[in-house]
Amino acid sequence: MASDRAAATALDTDGGRGHYRALVWRRQLILAGLGAALLFSLCVDLALGPARYGLGEVVQGLFAPDTVSQQVRVVLWEIRMPVALMAVVVGAALSVAGAQMQTILNNPLASPFTLGISAAASFGAALALAFGVVLIPAAIEYVVPINAFVMAMLAALLIHMLSVKRGVTVETIVLLGIALVFTFNALLSLVQFLSSAEALAAVVFWTMGSLTKATWPKLGLTTLVLLAVLPVFARRAWALTALRLGEDKAASFGIKVSRLRLETLMMVSLLAAIPVAFVGTIGFIGLVGPHIARMIIGEDQRFFLPASALSGALILSASSVVSKLLIPGTIFPIGIVTSLIGIPFFISLILSSARRSW
Amino acid sequence: MVTIQLETLGARYGRRLLLEDVTTPAFKGGDMVAVIGPNAAGKSTLFKRVAGLLWGPGKVHVEGALRGRNGICYMPQDTSANAVLTVYESVLLARKQGAGWSVGDDDLACIDETMEALGISDIAFRNIGELSGGQRQLASLAQTLVREPEILLMDEPTSALDLSRQVEVLGLMQGLARARGMIVLVALHDLNHALRFCDQTMVVANGRLIACGPSSDIVTPALLREVYHVDARIEPCSRGIGHVIVDGVAAERRTFAPPTAKTSIRNPDRENRKCGEMAAQAS
Repeated sequence: MASDRAAATALDTDGGRGHYRALVWRRQLILAGLGAALLFSLCVDLALGPARYGLGEVVQGLFAPDTVSQQVRVVLWEIRMPVALMAVVVGAALSVAGAQMQTILNNPLASPFTLGISAAASFGAALALAFGVVLIPAAIEYVVPINAFVMAMLAALLIHMLSVKRGVTVETIVLLGIALVFTFNALLSLVQFLSSAEALAAVVFWTMGSLTKATWPKLGLTTLVLLAVLPVFARRAWALTALRLGEDKAASFGIKVSRLRLETLMMVSLLAAIPVAFVGTIGFIGLVGPHIARMIIGEDQRFFLPASALSGALILSASSVVSKLLIPGTIFPIGIVTSLIGIPFFISLILSSARRSW
Repeated sequence: MVTIQLETLGARYGRRLLLEDVTTPAFKGGDMVAVIGPNAAGKSTLFKRVAGLLWGPGKVHVEGALRGRNGICYMPQDTSANAVLTVYESVLLARKQGAGWSVGDDDLACIDETMEALGISDIAFRNIGELSGGQRQLASLAQTLVREPEILLMDEPTSALDLSRQVEVLGLMQGLARARGMIVLVALHDLNHALRFCDQTMVVANGRLIACGPSSDIVTPALLREVYHVDARIEPCSRGIGHVIVDGVAAERRTFAPPTAKTSIRNPDRENRKCGEMAAQAS
């Protein structure tokens, strides 16, 4: 109510312009706050592990590596940094993927995880891990991510093709996504059933989702994908925001809606598949991240996009911290932690549908 | 001056032909043209085809300088949206389509002026999902106007507005058409508005153009009987503008049977008895 009164006052004085500028300023502050929280979480993540360091030591090790011991330097930069940064980049990628899926499908339940894209990527990667199946010939270290990407793309294309059919509602797409999740999970189980004991262990551990598989090259490729896709989304910020006003309205603004949807879905597949290929299945970030961003910053993509990336990165980074704290000395697979955090949120989202902002 | 002319225009949706052979004279800047016709006649299809949102045979001849993509703007009928955006943001994003991220003072001034003109400044920072149907329609109109179109296609823009707002909005559009040299094509169900605000009227029925010309020549009792199947008269109001007075649905095309004693859901005997009981209790 206080904000309403402030808005009315601003409207009285300068016709909404001042209030809009204030709104933009507030959103920039929120983004800065999210960035600061992420930085703090990253430092805590770096400090935790079998050997615990103080935050001061971590900051010193980051900004003046020569002033700390070689052991601390090696642990921070060689061991923990790729893992901690992977949490940030994967969280951001999955959250942005979820945000854009929700936007283009106009569906609050859309995310790479709930619509079967992650499951498809898992199946593609498992084919390579268990049987050495190569969907597109490539260097051996990239076979798993490429397989994951191809399957994710196929699942995304199937969703797109059905979503543009006449008479297909939002509910139909969600049901279709659930069907895809079950289908690919069944196929994954089949792969596990048929694979050798050694391959089975690799596939099972991999499907749990774990950041410990992170290395600098994997981190580099995931970051590259994120950095390649984000500017494309940013350039289309107005058009993507307009999609949320409805297809007819967006088309009336001169937006080629089908093309925008298809291209966005392709990029979303890439964003969802690469992290899954490298760190396994990490659920709910793609669902929870965008919803938190939407609640605190609205859906103007100029702010929604970075807020989604930051909130997803923050959630996964914080989950990484929790996974180290649950049982001291043991690092839980992070996929388990995110799902355990995500499920209560998912249930509360469904139960609060009557007063939801969507 | 901008002009638009339709030549044997048609529209397809898949294999179905929804609109065919629509040819009109050239409309020029400042003209306000009503597009009337019964439900599902093809009015929205015609607008979408002219705006380039549907494909089909025929041509849309446009002459005069058009300002990029904003030359022809279409305001759709469906204004429902549930995005987490304020009205102000939704209008801003309409103006900034195809432009960069930065928002200049001229953009904000244009939005302020438009919202002021439409009387929706008080809801500028309300979420668009919370608006009433009429407010949504006005917000949608603001989104269209800030794009400063030269040819504007409005699909039933006043269907959710109260009577005074309908008159105000159409009066505003008429004024803007004259002042900006803009051509406004507006789909209407209220034929009195067509007679009052529109220079020309196009009548669409069954996907074809039935008639086109000056509104007072087109909206006649004969046309109303042929297209809408109603018995009606046109009589001047106190300001001398023709008004449609409908006497009833033409007997041969009545869709619903008139209510009879058997079909009536009310029971007058029982209601009278109840009223009597209540009166007795009150005394």
